[in-house]
Amino acid sequence: MSDRADTGVPSTVVQLDGVISVINGFPALSGIDLEIEEGEIVLVRGPNGAGKSTLLRLCAGLASIDGGSGEVLGFDLGDRRQRRSLRREAGLLAHQTFLYDDLTVDENVAFWAAANRVEPDTVDPVLDRLGLAGRLRSVRASSLSAGQRRRASLAVLVCRRPRLWLLDEPHAGLDADGQRVVDQLVRHAVGFGATVLISSHDVDRVAEVADRSVTLVGGRLDSQASASNRVRRAS
Amino acid sequence: MLRDARLVARKDLRIELVSKVIAGQIVPFGLIVLLLFGLAVSPDLAVLGRDGRSVLAQVAPGLFWVAVVLSALLAVGRSFAVEAQDGNLDALKMTGLDPAGVFLGKAAAVAVELFILELILGIGAFILYGTPIASWALLAATIVLTTAGITAAGTVYAALAAGLRVRDTLVPLLLLPVLTPVLLGASIATEAALFGPPSDGWSWVLLLGAFALLYVGVGIVAFGSIMEE
Repeated sequence: MSDRADTGVPSTVVQLDGVISVINGFPALSGIDLEIEEGEIVLVRGPNGAGKSTLLRLCAGLASIDGGSGEVLGFDLGDRRQRRSLRREAGLLAHQTFLYDDLTVDENVAFWAAANRVEPDTVDPVLDRLGLAGRLRSVRASSLSAGQRRRASLAVLVCRRPRLWLLDEPHAGLDADGQRVVDQLVRHAVGFGATVLISSHDVDRVAEVADRSVTLVGGRLDSQASASNRVRRAS
Repeated sequence: MLRDARLVARKDLRIELVSKVIAGQIVPFGLIVLLLFGLAVSPDLAVLGRDGRSVLAQVAPGLFWVAVVLSALLAVGRSFAVEAQDGNLDALKMTGLDPAGVFLGKAAAVAVELFILELILGIGAFILYGTPIASWALLAATIVLTTAGITAAGTVYAALAAGLRVRDTLVPLLLLPVLTPVLLGASIATEAALFGPPSDGWSWVLLLGAFALLYVGVGIVAFGSIMEE
C-alpha cells in the first residue's frame, strides 16, 4: 500500500528537472521540468512527435536521459542499474501490445504474468473483467482484432499492479465499453495508491478522469497551456 | 535464474511448435544444403580419399556442420525476431526476469531445435554419404558441445543485433567468423568419431568445450548489458 494511504501525505513519484533525452540523434525531450505526486492522474497532450511516448518510456526506465536529472518512484534515471529496478515497479501500455502472435491470449497472459511474478490465480478475474473470457482465451494473438489485442495487453498490465501506470493512447482501438473499462481500471488503480500518466489525443475522454494535464510541444513542456488545462477529476 | 530460463525456453519452444517455422522451413533448408553439397561433390571420386574413402565420405563431417551452422543462423535469427515483433523486447526488459535466465532460456530453446535438426541431418548424411560410426561417445560429445557453442555464441550475437534494422544480414556477418574454430574442431572431431581413431578427436572436443564455456559465460555475465543496447 502507498505512503499516501498510510500517512495521507502525498510523495513525489515523478521528478524531472531539465531532462533532455536524445533518440537516434534527435532531441525527443529538450529540457522537461515535471513533478507528479503519488495518486495523481496526469494527462499528457500534444501533437504527433511532441515527445509524449518518449516521456512515458523515460518514466518507465526504457529511455535514458542525456541531460538534466530525474527520479521516478525514487529511482535515479541517470543510473542504469536503478532504471532497471524502476521497470519492475512501472507498467507501460505502449502502442505495441507486447503479445506473441503465435501464442493464444491465455498463453500470452500466463507467460507475462509468470515473468512478472504474478500469482496465477489473479489472472482469471482480470481477463473476465476485460472481456477476454471464454472462447477468446484460446484464440491466437495474431487472430485478434486491434481492440482485443489492446485488452489482452491491458490485462497483463492490470495483473502486474504497477505503482506507476504509463498509458500511451489507452483508448485507441477500443470500443465504447472497452474505453469505459479503461477509465474504471485507472480510477481503481489510483484508489489503491497508484499514479497514472496518460498520453492521449482523446483529450475530452481523458479529461474526465485526469487531475490535470500537461502539454508537450516539440519536446518541451508548454507551461502556459499546461496551466490553463487544469481539469477536475470526475467523481 | 534457472526458473526464468525454463520459462523463456518453454515459451520459445511453444512458439516454434505452433508456428512450425523450424519444422517447415529451417529443417528443410538444412536438408537442401546437405543435398546440394552431395550433388556438388561427386560420390565417385575416390582417388584422393584417405583409406580408400570417397571424397564425399571424407568431407561429410565438414558438410554436415556447415549445413548445421547455416541452419543455426536462421534459428537464432528467428529466436530474436519473435522478440522484436510488437515491442516484446521492451516488455521483457520491464519484467523481473534475470537477463542471464533469458539468455539461458533462449539458448536452450535454440539448442533443442538444433538437436532435432542435427538428428534429421545426421540421418540424411548417413543415407547420402554412407558414413560409418567408430566412436559413439566421441560423436555424442562433439554434437553436444558444438551445439552448445553455436547456440551460446549465436544467442549473444543475435541479441546484440536484435534492435537493429539490419539484424538479418548482420548476424551472419558477426557470427560466421566467430564460429570458424567451432566448425574446424567439430569437423575434425566428427571425422575421428566416424572413421577413427577416436583419440584424434578428443583434443578438439576440449576446444569445443572451452568455446561453449566461454560463450555461455559471456552470455550469463553480459546479457543484461547486451539487451540494453
